[in-house]
Amino acid sequence: MQKILILGANSAIAQATARRYANEGAQFYLLGRNKERLEMVANDLQVRGAKEVDFHTLDANEVADHASALEAAIQSLGQIDILLIAHGTLPDQVACQASVDETVAALQTNAMSVIAFLTLASQQFEQQGQGSIVAISSVAGDRGRQSNYVYGSAKAAVSIFLQGLRNRLHRHGVQVLTVKPGFVDTPMTAAFDKGPLWVQPEKIAEGIHRAIDKNKDVVYLPRIWWLIMLVICRIPERIFKRLSL
Amino acid sequence: MKAYTSWGRYPKLAAAKVERPRWRDDVLPFTARQSLLAYGNGRSYGDSCLNEGGCLLDTRGLDRFIHFDKTTGVLRAEAGVLLTDILQFCLPDGWFLPVTPGTQYVTLGGAVANDVHGKNHHGAGSFGCHVRAFELLRSDGQRLICSQHDNAALFQATIGGLGLTGVILWVELVLKRVAGTVMEVESQQFSALDGFYELSEQADQRHEYSVAWVDCLARGPALGRGWLFSANHAQTHDIPSPDRAGGWTMPLTPPVSLINRGSLRLFNQLYYRKPRPASQRQHYQPYFYPLDKIRYWNRVYGPKGFLQYQCVVPPGDERSAIAAILARIAVSGTGSFLAVLKRFGNRASPGLLSFPRPGTTLALDFPNQGADSLRLLENLDALVSEVGGAIYPAKDARMSTAMFKASFPRLSDFVTQRDPGMSSSFWRRVMEE
Repeated sequence: MQKILILGANSAIAQATARRYANEGAQFYLLGRNKERLEMVANDLQVRGAKEVDFHTLDANEVADHASALEAAIQSLGQIDILLIAHGTLPDQVACQASVDETVAALQTNAMSVIAFLTLASQQFEQQGQGSIVAISSVAGDRGRQSNYVYGSAKAAVSIFLQGLRNRLHRHGVQVLTVKPGFVDTPMTAAFDKGPLWVQPEKIAEGIHRAIDKNKDVVYLPRIWWLIMLVICRIPERIFKRLSL
Repeated sequence: MKAYTSWGRYPKLAAAKVERPRWRDDVLPFTARQSLLAYGNGRSYGDSCLNEGGCLLDTRGLDRFIHFDKTTGVLRAEAGVLLTDILQFCLPDGWFLPVTPGTQYVTLGGAVANDVHGKNHHGAGSFGCHVRAFELLRSDGQRLICSQHDNAALFQATIGGLGLTGVILWVELVLKRVAGTVMEVESQQFSALDGFYELSEQADQRHEYSVAWVDCLARGPALGRGWLFSANHAQTHDIPSPDRAGGWTMPLTPPVSLINRGSLRLFNQLYYRKPRPASQRQHYQPYFYPLDKIRYWNRVYGPKGFLQYQCVVPPGDERSAIAAILARIAVSGTGSFLAVLKRFGNRASPGLLSFPRPGTTLALDFPNQGADSLRLLENLDALVSEVGGAIYPAKDARMSTAMFKASFPRLSDFVTQRDPGMSSSFWRRVMEE
């Protein structure tokens, strides 16, 4: 039975992933901002077969609260087999360009809060000598583009941080999985028109579950994005800078 | 990305806006100018799940379970949960849907809003008979928990209320105990309509479930010939390996309907002649949901879609009326592989606009051939209304105002409970609004 800690448990990808593990009888500790909604998610996982579900509110941006939240989670779970970090926002690029506050806030939520929590959690995993650290990054972090480089740079920071963490924790038997979804149909992307490349969060959840089982390091979901990003990252900068992407 | 059509793919009516709530506490976009309609999984056949020019509320995001008591079988879940998900989680614990329609891909909210029925209507009544309570969000923002005791008038109006009384947020349902996934199925051939009545009268006493396939092209002395399939849940726990998961997918819409006079005649001959064991054990999936094995089977009718027709005629005149209807269909030479006959029982639903009522029900689909199809169905309506029968709104795309009003004598009580902020293309059509 897996013991799973989720930060951003109310997000669509987190819920879809948690359901897969609830089927298998996992035990959960959920962290998120909205208590009523955490309870709705907890009840759902319980009916779907979770052995036990505990939850607590945490605003990831309140970095000072991370330590006590993590401690309570460890208290409840005993040890952490899987940590899933799934919170995030999709900042408005144009608004960020016009506002230092917006840009800093976007980086705070999507990069700093993740890195802060990982810093604390990695100590626990190093000590445990096992388990999986899973964080949702994005294909947007692979190359900066004018349409969303604030979000992209936050995700790039997360990806590089995870890469270093993986290098550090590998010898301790800990998996560090960087998840890079493409376009996912979630409340975060509600404002977009959805084309053929868009997928449902259940599809991402399936890929995350598989990547954890297979002890992967980095996974593009759906996998077609590995090819797409391979091409995008190979375009020379002197050409890339002229494109409107 | 997603097309909001009905299952018959006729008529095609576009909503001006689609909203997708994800949480029960979401604030809904009620405005005075634009009417709202909940859209579940789009399995209604005609226009009752469409709202041309209005706002559709895709409720599939409300797909959480809330509570399940494994000792009493009482399940509370959000309205967008599919019946297939309920089976998946409850069957391993020995619980089954108290009533299930012919597809498991309907939402819980949709099952209530259409007060769906199944092969066990003669004993169990309709879906609404097993609903203990639900929460209704009205367009004025009120959230009301409705049951037979609280907000009883709204409870009765919402069951079978076609989504017009507000948005159902969650439903509390009483499941039924079963031993496992196995069905004991009896198959009996009948060579004419009278045979159906004889066999189903006996079968209904000994079986929880019964339904007949009828050859809609048979005429003369063979009129109404077919097969009766009756079943009970097996009392044993052994589970035959379920059929290969997945099944087939109809990958695209053919340019013309694949169901035509020739293919239908051939299929019906083969299906009627096919030898079947008198009794067999079968997994519940192929017994209850034969068509669910083919994803998007509705595409088989081509781009123009199809019209589903389901009527019920009251006891007394039922034999002669069904015979007249079948004769009229046989003359037309059109119809579907899956024409279904079933006798409804006496158990009354709480729903004001509930369709099932004592008598015989006939359901089948017709490829959409424009005016010819509409004329045929009008003719059938005349035969149904002559004996005081009714047409099922969930499957309708064309019945007249008069036919609708004649079908639902408690309509005026319903109208007083309707939410003025909710509407559908069906409602505006039959009420001539």
